[in-house]
Amino acid sequence: MSAPITKPESSRRQFFNGTVRGAFLFLLGAATTLLFRRSQPKRTVWQIDPYKCICCTRCATECVMHPSAVKCVQVYPMCGYCKLCTGYFEPEPISLDTGAENQLCPTGAIKRRALEDPYYEYTIDEPLCIGCAKCVKGCVLFGNGSFFLQVRHDRCVNCDECAIAIACPPQAFQRVPADKPYLMKDREHQA
Amino acid sequence: MRRLARGCLWLALLSLLLASAFGVERFPPPEFDAGYKMPVTTVPAARAQWLSYLDVAVLVAALALTSHLVLRKRSRDGVLAVSVFSLLYFGFYQQGCVCSIGSVQDVALALFNSSYVVPLTTVAFFLLPLVFTLFFGRTFCAAVCPMGAIQDLTLLKPMKVPAWLEHALGVLPFVYLGAGILFAATGSAFIICEYDPFIALYRRTGSFGMLALGAAFLIAGIFIGRPYCRFLCPYGALLSLVSRYSKWGVTLSPTDCIHCQICDTACPYGAIADPTLKDPHPDPRKRKRRLIALAALVPLLVVLGGWLGGRLGVPFSRMHATVSLAEQVAAEDAGKVKEPTDASKAFRQTGQPVEELYAEALRVRGRFAGGSVWFGAFVGLVFGVTLISVSEPRKQDIYDPHPGDCVSCGRCYVYCPKEIVRVKRIQSRNVIPLTPLRGEQKS
Repeated sequence: MSAPITKPESSRRQFFNGTVRGAFLFLLGAATTLLFRRSQPKRTVWQIDPYKCICCTRCATECVMHPSAVKCVQVYPMCGYCKLCTGYFEPEPISLDTGAENQLCPTGAIKRRALEDPYYEYTIDEPLCIGCAKCVKGCVLFGNGSFFLQVRHDRCVNCDECAIAIACPPQAFQRVPADKPYLMKDREHQA
Repeated sequence: MRRLARGCLWLALLSLLLASAFGVERFPPPEFDAGYKMPVTTVPAARAQWLSYLDVAVLVAALALTSHLVLRKRSRDGVLAVSVFSLLYFGFYQQGCVCSIGSVQDVALALFNSSYVVPLTTVAFFLLPLVFTLFFGRTFCAAVCPMGAIQDLTLLKPMKVPAWLEHALGVLPFVYLGAGILFAATGSAFIICEYDPFIALYRRTGSFGMLALGAAFLIAGIFIGRPYCRFLCPYGALLSLVSRYSKWGVTLSPTDCIHCQICDTACPYGAIADPTLKDPHPDPRKRKRRLIALAALVPLLVVLGGWLGGRLGVPFSRMHATVSLAEQVAAEDAGKVKEPTDASKAFRQTGQPVEELYAEALRVRGRFAGGSVWFGAFVGLVFGVTLISVSEPRKQDIYDPHPGDCVSCGRCYVYCPKEIVRVKRIQSRNVIPLTPLRGEQKS
C-alpha cells in the first residue's frame, strides 16, 4: 500500500474540487500573510495594574480557575509593619491577636509574626489566598498599600480572553510581555 | 469666609478620595536592626516561550501521524492511540488552551482589529489543521483535537440520529461560527471559549455552569456520537467545508462496494453517504422544478436574514463592555437608575469625560450594526445551502464516507468486509504472490 486508496472520480468533479482547493489555498495564504503581519512571536500574559484596582472581589469569582489565579502579594519594603494592620484586622477587632474572629481574611491566609517591638511582619500564605482583595482594600484605604493583587503565573492558564479582564470594572487587566510578567508597586511610584 | 471653608473641606475630601484610590505611605517603613532579613516577594515565571513552540511541533507531528495512520495504514487502533495521546497532551497537560477551535476568534479579532496582536502559536493552531484538512480530510478531528478525542473515547452505546434531525442540527455549527466571529471581531466576547464544554474537565476546575455543561455533553456523548463536534463545533464547520474539496480522504472500497451497508450501520456519526444513483427521483422534471425554487429561495433567505440580523444589532452590542457601561452611565445621568455599578463608579473615578465614552460606544455600536447584518445574511445563506444540499445530495453509486461529515475515525475500516479481505490479501501477499484484485495496484 504505497499510496492512499482514492475514489475513481469524474474528471469534471476532479477539476472542480481542484479549483476550489486552489481557491482555499489562496485564501489561507492571504490570511497567513495578513496574520503574520499582525502577529508577534513574543508571548504575552495577563496582569493587573495595581494602581487601577478597586478591590471589587471579582478576581475571586470570575477566574476560570477555582481558587483564582489572582492572589494577594506583599511588597515588604512598602509595608509599615504596623501593629494594627488594617489589611489583617477587622475594622474593630476584639483584640489585636491572631484569633480568627479578628481577621479580615476569610481563609486566614495572612500570617502575622512579631518582630522587634512594635513591629509585625505580615506574609501571604499563597495556597490559601483566594484573591478576594479584602486585605488589599484595608491596606490601600488606611495603610501604605503594600498589599495588592497580581496574577500568579504558576496558576494562570493565560486564556486568550481573560474571564476576569472582561468583568473587571476599572479595566485594570492588561497584557504584558511574558518575560516581565508582573506589575509591582514600589515606594517611588506613590501618588 | 464660609464659602472658603467649604471649599477647603471639599479639597480635603477630594485629596482623601484620590489618595484612597492609590494608597499612600502613611506609616514610614521601619528601619530594622541587623537581625531582620526582609523576605522577597516571589514572582513565579510564566510558561516558557519554547514550550509554546513545542506545542506547535507536537501539533504538526500529531497531524502528520494521524493522516498517515488514516490514509495509508488505515488503522483504527493507531488512530485510537493518537487520540489517547492528544487527550493527555492537548487536554490534560496543555489544559485545552490554546486550541484550534478558540483560535478562530483570535484570528477574527486580528483580521478586523489592527491593534490586536495575535500570538504566532495561535495563528499556527488556526492554520495548520486547515491546511492538513485541505489535503487529507478531517484527520485533525479524528485524533488530534482534544475535544474530539474525549468524545470519541467515551462513545459507548452509539444511537442513530434521525436524518431530518441530523440535517437540522447540522446548521448550528455555522450559526455558532458566525456568532463567534461577530462577537470576537467587535472585541466583545470570546463566546466559543466561554461555552467550551470540556475545558473545565481538562483543568479539573471551573465554575458550576462550565462543569455542568461538560457533564451534560459527556453523558449525551455516551449515546450520541460526538454531539459537540457534529452539532456545535464552529471549527468543525470550517473543516467540514474545506474537507469537501480535500485532495485525499477516507474512502472504503470504491471499486468493489457490495452495498452491504455494514459501514453505514457501524458509523456512529452518520457520515456514510448513501448511493444516490441507486434510486433516483421518480420525476426528474419535478426535481428540477424543486431545485430551481430552492435556488430562488436562497437570495430571499439571505435578505431576510440580513434584515433580521440588522434588528439584532443593538441588543447584540450590549455584549460589549463599553456599550453596556455607556448605557449604565447614561441611565444614571438621566436619573433612571439610582444604584451605580462598580464599573460606572470606576469610570467616574478616572475623570474621563462622558462624551468620550459615548463616542466610543457609538463606534462599537456602528460596527455591530454592519456586523449583525452580515451575520444574519450568513445564517440565511447557510439555511438556503443546507436546503439545496438536502434536496440534491452528492451523486455516488456506492456507500462511502461523506467527505464533509466524516471525521476520519477509521471505524468503518474495521467493519467493511471488502476492506477486511483487502488487508488479509496484503498480509498473505507477503508470503505467496497473488494476482492483484481490481483496483489494487501492482507492486
